[in-house]
Amino acid sequence: MSRLTWWDRVRRDRILLLATVPGVALLLTFHYLPWLGNVIAFKDYQPFIGIFDSPWTGLRNFQVIVNGDPAFLNALTNTLIITLLQVLIVFPAPIALALLLDSLMSERLKRTVQSILYLPHFLSWVIVVAIFMQLLGDGGLLNNFLREHDLGTVSIISNPDAFLALVTGQVLWKDAGWATILFLAALSRIDTTLYEASAVDGASRWRQLWHITLPGLRSLIVLLLILRLGDALTVGFEQIVLQQQAVGADASEVLDTYVYNNGILAGDWGVSAAVGLVKGLVGLLLVLGANKLAHRFGEQGVYQR
Amino acid sequence: MSSRPTIAGVTVASRPVRALKGVILAACCAVVVVPFVGIVSTSLATREQITRDGGFVLLPDEVSFAAYQAILSGGVVTRATLVSLFVTVAGTTLSMAATILLAYGLSRPRSVAHRPLLMIVLFALLFTPGIIPSYLVVKSLGLLDTYWALILPVAVNAFNVIILRAFFMELPKEVIESARIDGAGDVAILFRIILPLSKAVLAVIGLFYAVAYWNAFFSALLYLNDTAKWPLQLVLRTYVINQTQIGVDQLGAAGVALPPQEAIQMAILVLSIVPVLVVYPFVQRHFTKGVLIGAVKG
Repeated sequence: MSRLTWWDRVRRDRILLLATVPGVALLLTFHYLPWLGNVIAFKDYQPFIGIFDSPWTGLRNFQVIVNGDPAFLNALTNTLIITLLQVLIVFPAPIALALLLDSLMSERLKRTVQSILYLPHFLSWVIVVAIFMQLLGDGGLLNNFLREHDLGTVSIISNPDAFLALVTGQVLWKDAGWATILFLAALSRIDTTLYEASAVDGASRWRQLWHITLPGLRSLIVLLLILRLGDALTVGFEQIVLQQQAVGADASEVLDTYVYNNGILAGDWGVSAAVGLVKGLVGLLLVLGANKLAHRFGEQGVYQR
Repeated sequence: MSSRPTIAGVTVASRPVRALKGVILAACCAVVVVPFVGIVSTSLATREQITRDGGFVLLPDEVSFAAYQAILSGGVVTRATLVSLFVTVAGTTLSMAATILLAYGLSRPRSVAHRPLLMIVLFALLFTPGIIPSYLVVKSLGLLDTYWALILPVAVNAFNVIILRAFFMELPKEVIESARIDGAGDVAILFRIILPLSKAVLAVIGLFYAVAYWNAFFSALLYLNDTAKWPLQLVLRTYVINQTQIGVDQLGAAGVALPPQEAIQMAILVLSIVPVLVVYPFVQRHFTKGVLIGAVKG
């Protein structure tokens, strides 16, 4: 098919081209068009005047970031702390769980346990938060038990000091099981002859884990860490919005809730859009940077060069 | 030489280690299962027992369906459930159509304009637009307070497109080529060859979409000011998380003795979980296939 003109190719592929139209139109409208809406980061946007007629303000909306407005800094700090906790605690959990599951000898038992552990991933945040209230709230399972045994009660749900632990626990409950699916798949692809050969050489289980299993998971771990890094400034928005009332903004405000509370609820559109824009750009730089780093370490990363 | 027996080269763990693993996994399963049991039990329990057990019942002595009768007799919860069902069915249908077509259109790398079109999908994966710009687009299209606002912005998920495209590209070329020799056009190839071969992955992607629509909470909070249009997740937030008292006015069951608040709350919670539980077992066995292809191909 050497000498086809461009027009011939369009005619040949017309069905394929036509098929992409609805999906591409939706993506352009709802994923690309919004980027134009970011112009209000440089304006004093008033909903009743409209985007076009609202006055330009230059970089004034970015002052909260540059000058370090306390509410903004609080949101940034909380975001980074939650991200750090998620990388340190939530990220390794499914790897450990996958190793445990993988060592189960009975296929049927393994499948049953998997079905149970995957399930919470498919529940909404509203449901998960409601479930945690039933378990750990003042009238919940734990406190009823403590009360019955005259042990006093613990305040978890509405306690700002416990918020980080609560949020981390909820993410673990919801997604640690589901996240094993990728690690289990990677484990099943490790060449079993490696284990056999190492067993002949007298390798202990720990040495097998260190020298065969973990290296087999390395590419996947790097890939998932890159994706997580790109989302470093995004932490469970729905999860946190649902629980802010109970613990207050000091403990729970993160960048996304700051943008929502400050912009859409309080009407400070320009500043919120500015924070959202900077957050999006930093996230993009983080993904690209992490990917470059992965290439340097000889891994594939998210995309290839 | 290793003194312990091995299976496929993996040294078998000692008995205490195996027991410990069993205990850990059993505990993980219990942490997931026990709350479900408690929620269902509380929704079925009587007022006396709920009071006696402090609000959360692990196993009901006596079973009463009064809470379910109350929420399903035509009030706020019934309406919200219908809204959620409608958005889920309409949204999933639209999403599947657009996703299948887009994935098919991108499944032949030699086709015209393939690369720029693929880039549009890939970049959508990397940049998520912010809350405020998205809100402005939905608002300027006049979609505020319509169900379209819950569907159109999330109708095409770039990740699902990539998974499905990768799957279509893995299908044996010979089958498609021989169909073409027999005179099948691109439309016939999609409907008669590709889709029948892709049932498993389509089921998984369909579940992903349906669950996303059913579970959506924030888009409704953001785009729907009219509380009469609220889906079940927002009603759940109002009455279960924010603990707003639910009364006869909201339930539309005038003249009936009101079941205890706790039972009603848990019945709403069960109602919001049941559809997921019903569909889940049928799709669950296909997960590995559906998710894996996406992971391998990235």
